[in-house]
Amino acid sequence: MTVTKTEAPVTTASNQPHGEGEPAGSARSERLSALIQQHGALAVLVIVSLVASFSFDSFATGDNVSNMATSSAFLAIVALGMTFVIITGGIDLSVGSLFALGGVLAAWGSRYGTLVALLLPLAVCGLIGVVNGLLVARSRLAPFIVTLAAMLGARGLLLAVTDEGAETFLIGKGSLLAELGQGTTLGLGNPVWITLALFVAGAVVLRRTRFGQHVYAVGGNEDAAALMGAPVARTKILVYTLSGLLAGLAGALNAAWLASGVTILGNGMELEAISAVVIGGTLLTGGLGYVSGSLVGVLLLKVIQNVINQIGSLDSSYQQVVSGAFLAVVVIAQTWLGRRRQLM
Amino acid sequence: MAEATTLRTAPLDRARVLQWLQTYGVYAGVAALLVVNVVITPNFLTAENFRTQAVQVAPVIIVALGMALVIGTEGVDLSVGAVMALAASVTALYLGYGLLPALLAVALFAAAVGLANGALVALVGVQPIVATLALMVGGRGIALVLLPQLEDLRNPALASLGSGDVLGVPYLILIAAVLALLVAFTVRRTTFGRQLLAIGDSRPAAQLAGLPVRRVLIIVYVVCALLAAVAGVLATARLQASDPTSLGNLMELSAITAVVVGGTPLTGGRVNIAGTVAGAVLIQLLTATLIKHDLPPSWTQIAQAVVIVAAVYAARGRGRR
Repeated sequence: MTVTKTEAPVTTASNQPHGEGEPAGSARSERLSALIQQHGALAVLVIVSLVASFSFDSFATGDNVSNMATSSAFLAIVALGMTFVIITGGIDLSVGSLFALGGVLAAWGSRYGTLVALLLPLAVCGLIGVVNGLLVARSRLAPFIVTLAAMLGARGLLLAVTDEGAETFLIGKGSLLAELGQGTTLGLGNPVWITLALFVAGAVVLRRTRFGQHVYAVGGNEDAAALMGAPVARTKILVYTLSGLLAGLAGALNAAWLASGVTILGNGMELEAISAVVIGGTLLTGGLGYVSGSLVGVLLLKVIQNVINQIGSLDSSYQQVVSGAFLAVVVIAQTWLGRRRQLM
Repeated sequence: MAEATTLRTAPLDRARVLQWLQTYGVYAGVAALLVVNVVITPNFLTAENFRTQAVQVAPVIIVALGMALVIGTEGVDLSVGAVMALAASVTALYLGYGLLPALLAVALFAAAVGLANGALVALVGVQPIVATLALMVGGRGIALVLLPQLEDLRNPALASLGSGDVLGVPYLILIAAVLALLVAFTVRRTTFGRQLLAIGDSRPAAQLAGLPVRRVLIIVYVVCALLAAVAGVLATARLQASDPTSLGNLMELSAITAVVVGGTPLTGGRVNIAGTVAGAVLIQLLTATLIKHDLPPSWTQIAQAVVIVAAVYAARGRGRR
């Protein structure tokens, strides 16, 4: 059901430029493919949400929407960091482990106060991000293998901290940290507001700062960026550090929300984050991407997940099938759109 | 190189050591671990222990063989763990018709996954990481949809496949050995092997030389998926249970590690099958050593992470020279 509905607009959209006249309509067709690239996910999100709210009475209720927003928030923060990494042409597979590690460290640190509970995960996850960045940028190792190793290492560290996963640290009720994760402001959970603030900051950094321009330049063409004088290595180290920091922060907030550092979280989260970023129109080859698109991508994944949960008869593993198929369709569409643009 | 010999001798020695390490380091590592274990681990030199280690490493070797081929084309296949899970589910579903029909069904499903991977990479032009990522997520999902939970399998033929032996050598080890020889032969002695390496070296050049690039790439991904399926069936046979939730988890990481530690560069164009087998054995021995000395899994994982990074770091210099 959902598969056909969500896929339809994307596939028809990707066929559209094919129908245009080759030389005459090329400018229009180029603009169209850019438009689809940037806003295709948003259109699909609106359609899926509308269909879902007509089909299920419980979908568009305040409770459900606020639940979806809060559960999207943590993935969104991770996806924000991932967006920066992917725009530089890299990939960060360690975020799922860092998310879990961040949560456990925050819960462990909460006995020493909120400040420690927030700074400890940021410090450790940020440090792992720095190591990732150094290995990728200075030693020129392949990003996926470095971050895959970091994924394993961070998971090992998590096990070491929690007595091989046997111990779960709790966050005391009424502490500032618990309030940060569980409290609400204007009807929406605090994590949602934090996420929105981070995305605004992320968009400004990416669009309006020199660092943001370097991120695009490095992803567009590394050699050209280096020749122009952009600090390639420093930019790469910074994006991996940022990704680590944000994954740790997301984990800490999630732990505050759950009131405990759950050790088994974050499995497969790197895939969800990458899917969200790609669905949002960021090119995996680097050089092109949107922070806002990643947010839309996260929401789309969570809405699909919610719809599958609403259809009670469907097993939750359908979520994985749909996500995988969706990712494939989006990547195919992107490749075609990109190829058309290159031809022009 | 010749210039360097006459001009600078000291750096060359270092370079030579590095080169030697890259080629033979993995064998030296295996030998060192064996010696260390003989000295410090009680009951290490028993046939039973070697048998256990070999049976445990066999599925990893089989998956790593396919991974080596894919990496040789400058690709990577993240969906191998999902294919193992899929093989476990499909085996459980079709075992009622007998072992052979079940194996055929598994082969069909695996070939379909490989075909999808290959088509995305070769025809559409998607990066291998992303194409196989989609199948990694979707594949395990399909495996869980087909068989939502662990199921015990009671089939004498399957049981004998998992635990039977010929002259004391388990079937698992024999199958892994035969497959390793077959893959090594294919890479070294067949046109297909040559074409595969040429594509990994430079895809545009291979294209210009008139090689059937798309066909070779698709076949490579299908073969990789089929090998992963074999590993999945064998692991299921050994467990005597189908476990699509956890079978093959992180297998892609183990396989890539074995390939890289074994001296196959991630940049493609070269495949070292003997090294790949030794790489899988090295990781297995390392894990076994840590576990036998009661080091917790956390340290095992951290040690593995360090070994991976060290191996990739050591392999890095070769691409430049």
